[in-house]
Amino acid sequence: MDQLAFTALSVFTLACALGVVLSKNAVNGAMCLLLCLAGIAGLFVQLHAYLLAFVLILVYAGAVVALFLFIIMLLDMQGGQPWRPRGVSVAAGVAAAALLITGLDLLAVRGRIADAAPVGHSVGSSLKLYAYQLFTTYLLPVQVMGFLLLIAMLGVIVLSRRMAEPEDPR
Amino acid sequence: MTPHLEAYLMLSAALFAVGFLGVLVRRNTLVIYMCLELMLVAATLALVAFSRFNGTEDGDVFVFFILTVAAAEVAGGLAIIVALFRARQTVQVDELNSLKH
Repeated sequence: MDQLAFTALSVFTLACALGVVLSKNAVNGAMCLLLCLAGIAGLFVQLHAYLLAFVLILVYAGAVVALFLFIIMLLDMQGGQPWRPRGVSVAAGVAAAALLITGLDLLAVRGRIADAAPVGHSVGSSLKLYAYQLFTTYLLPVQVMGFLLLIAMLGVIVLSRRMAEPEDPR
Repeated sequence: MTPHLEAYLMLSAALFAVGFLGVLVRRNTLVIYMCLELMLVAATLALVAFSRFNGTEDGDVFVFFILTVAAAEVAGGLAIIVALFRARQTVQVDELNSLKH
């Protein structure tokens, strides 16, 4: 049953990822990205990472894809020249993909990760442990993330100001 | 019968490879950016799978941070793309070649 759900979710996710890469229209690409993220959230649920599945949907599907759609519509790129693949780029991409998958295959064979079994907690204790870790072991990274978000916000405000008018030198 | 760790890693690698392919073959900056996000999410899938099969929470916590950084990155990146579009009236990487000359 789990295996069946995993196979269905992975095929769905990969198909949507290919849709992002191959779609001619950027809006269709963003929609494929949304479906792909939904598939990954399903895989997270299967891995018992319920909070992360929720956050993924909330942050990625809710905020990131919506922002992408806003920008696509703002820039209005319906026209433009049609996309055509180039031989060199396609060859490099396929070679990189093949190398990556070969490397992981070797890792799986040599590292004997095939017989690893899932170790789990129940949902409640897992969430409690999660919060405990965030506020003890990872307290400094949490604060650094807060500063990062502040800096990103300031940077976006500065970038989105119109910089056309020259500043008067004083 | 639960799927093996190997299967999750393979799926993660395949997603990463698809995203990488998109970054290499597409010419639209926004689509390239979407493919970058795809690569980031593929890496988080591997981390969550490792965390589940190792019995520790560290991978999950790390994914939490990755999601935060991704949100900040998207906001900044899209602001840069909009500023670029204002300056050059295009988002095709073929036409953004000021650094070539």
